[in-house]
Amino acid sequence: MNIDLNFIGIIIAAVMASSVPLILAATGELIVERSGVLNLGVEGMIIIGAISGFAFMMSTESIVIAIFGAMFAGIIISLIFGFLTQTLLTLHVPTGLALTIFGIGVSAMLGKNFVGLPGKEIPVFFENLDKITFIGPILFGHSIIFYFAFVFPFFVYYFLKKTKMGLIVRAVGDSHHVATDQGINVILVRYLCIMFGGAMSGLAGAYLSLVYTPQWIENMSSGRGWIALALVVFATWNPLKVLVGALLFGSISILQLHMQAAGVRIPVQFLSALPYLLTILVLVVISRDDRKIKLNTPNSLGKTFYKEN
Amino acid sequence: MKGINLMLKKILRCFGVALFFLIATSLSANAEFKVGFVYVGPTGDHGWTYQHHEGRNAVEAAGMKTTFVESVPEGADSERVIRQLAQSGHNIIFTTSFGYMNPTNKVAKDFPNVKFEHATGYIREHSNVSTYSARFYEGRTLLGHIAGKMTKTNTIGYIASFPIPEVIRGINSMTLAAQKVNPNIKTKIVWVFTWYDPGKEAEAAQALIDQGADVIMQHTDSTAAVQVAEKAGVWSFGQASDMQKFAPKSVLTSIIDDWAPYYVERSKAAKDGTWKQQDTWHGLKEGMVAMGPYNPAMGSALVKEVEQLQKDLASGKVHSFTGPIYDQKGNLLVAEGKTADDGMLAGMKVYVKGVEGKIPE
Repeated sequence: MNIDLNFIGIIIAAVMASSVPLILAATGELIVERSGVLNLGVEGMIIIGAISGFAFMMSTESIVIAIFGAMFAGIIISLIFGFLTQTLLTLHVPTGLALTIFGIGVSAMLGKNFVGLPGKEIPVFFENLDKITFIGPILFGHSIIFYFAFVFPFFVYYFLKKTKMGLIVRAVGDSHHVATDQGINVILVRYLCIMFGGAMSGLAGAYLSLVYTPQWIENMSSGRGWIALALVVFATWNPLKVLVGALLFGSISILQLHMQAAGVRIPVQFLSALPYLLTILVLVVISRDDRKIKLNTPNSLGKTFYKEN
Repeated sequence: MKGINLMLKKILRCFGVALFFLIATSLSANAEFKVGFVYVGPTGDHGWTYQHHEGRNAVEAAGMKTTFVESVPEGADSERVIRQLAQSGHNIIFTTSFGYMNPTNKVAKDFPNVKFEHATGYIREHSNVSTYSARFYEGRTLLGHIAGKMTKTNTIGYIASFPIPEVIRGINSMTLAAQKVNPNIKTKIVWVFTWYDPGKEAEAAQALIDQGADVIMQHTDSTAAVQVAEKAGVWSFGQASDMQKFAPKSVLTSIIDDWAPYYVERSKAAKDGTWKQQDTWHGLKEGMVAMGPYNPAMGSALVKEVEQLQKDLASGKVHSFTGPIYDQKGNLLVAEGKTADDGMLAGMKVYVKGVEGKIPE
């Protein structure tokens, strides 16, 4: 029985590890969307974070600089989106899509010299304790980003629900006109939220290129940004549900691999599509329920804000 | 959503293609001998395209001018790229992915003076089209032999991409060789349905290790699997290029695709006017399939054994698919004393006995 329990612990740990980039990027995007901005550039920001983190790690050998460098790079590229949509008032959807294309291209260009270099070891915490049955592999032997990802959504939840700043973000997202009338600087709030989203996506990218598969390869985010976007909707803009959803999506991908390895016959393609099907299902369910839409969906989501004089 | 992502990639590639056209047209009308390359992936994938690009570098080093276009989607876009290369005065063009098969033949018809070389395909409609591929399965035989000797759990984990003959052939070749040295061997297979997704490849490797595999190998393009193996302290093998530096303790050897000699030879032949149509399927013998350095952890006895086997495979003394070979249901595929012919190898669609699970449809 001991062995089985340990095995389950290992699988849970694998599920958690695979959901980390989803949690980070989705939590960031959640704040962005809560402020009424729809940034479809998550994939592009993740990949920029991945190359930046890896580049900083290889040149400075400092994990701290690498992580903050990746977040900073995410902020910089998100500011392009911010400037276009908030100052030049371009539409959110095409601008976000352009940001993704831009990010993938730029990262490939920046990364030319980093292809084929093995990454550096990243320090992990309580490495010796991960032999403890069941809880060992789940709780110990992970990187700082891992722990951060599982704690941070709670802070974001608290921030949105209980703090004045959180209320301001929600107000801006629900009605930018009312928020302006209340004397809130809508543009400034949105800029800050967009930057926050960029930092979190950058961190998600850093996790991929520093921890999860420590190397730089072109297009290594392979669609995780899009899953993160789906996850925000799946979670109905609630950070705690992002956590649950990410674990659910993570377990679908990990469990199907384990079932295959164990010789269970399952339709692999169906399981790969399941996260998206679930998201559509959630969309259908919440669209049928007026109360749920009003409760969480930011009313001004994706709408361009024209300031009236 | 993945669909959108793919669409984006396509748009991105179209941009690249358009830019290339601009540059190519402005530089055309030049009578110098030129070699063109069309790649399916980015040159930085450190796998399939990376190795083709190394081959191009060798052609360049041999004093010939080359042009390459990377990340060209298979299908209609590729036809435009190939046509453009032919139009802008390239004398020989290598199209390095299976999906370029029909476009290559179509363009070849309109440019009888240009030589075309298509990788991994089988259609040669016109006399100026050759095809070439490598017998990677010979490398898999060596991996199987090593894996069979090195495993303590008698479980080999195999990360597979798509259920096509090329991949199934590799699985079978490896399993047969492993069974020969260790009858108790089990091959566990995980299909990831991608050539290239480091995260997913890493997850698959971890799943196989967690299920008891202590030797991992992959038929996907990134280095993720060997890195996971290194961390977990199990054995692994490099794929397409030498991956030892990514996992110095874990990687026992690598199967290396070495296109360089072929590319140089064929380009030179085109230049000298001695180029002839042919269908090439080269292996260890010709060096198109090469092995990376053997890890000393194998022990000198095993290294010697494997080196001998490598020689025997190269000389033809040993064939990867020598009978008796049975499929999973016990039907005889290859009779005792016989070897599988190239037609059978090219169309392989069933697992041999000893492989666990079923091929997904």
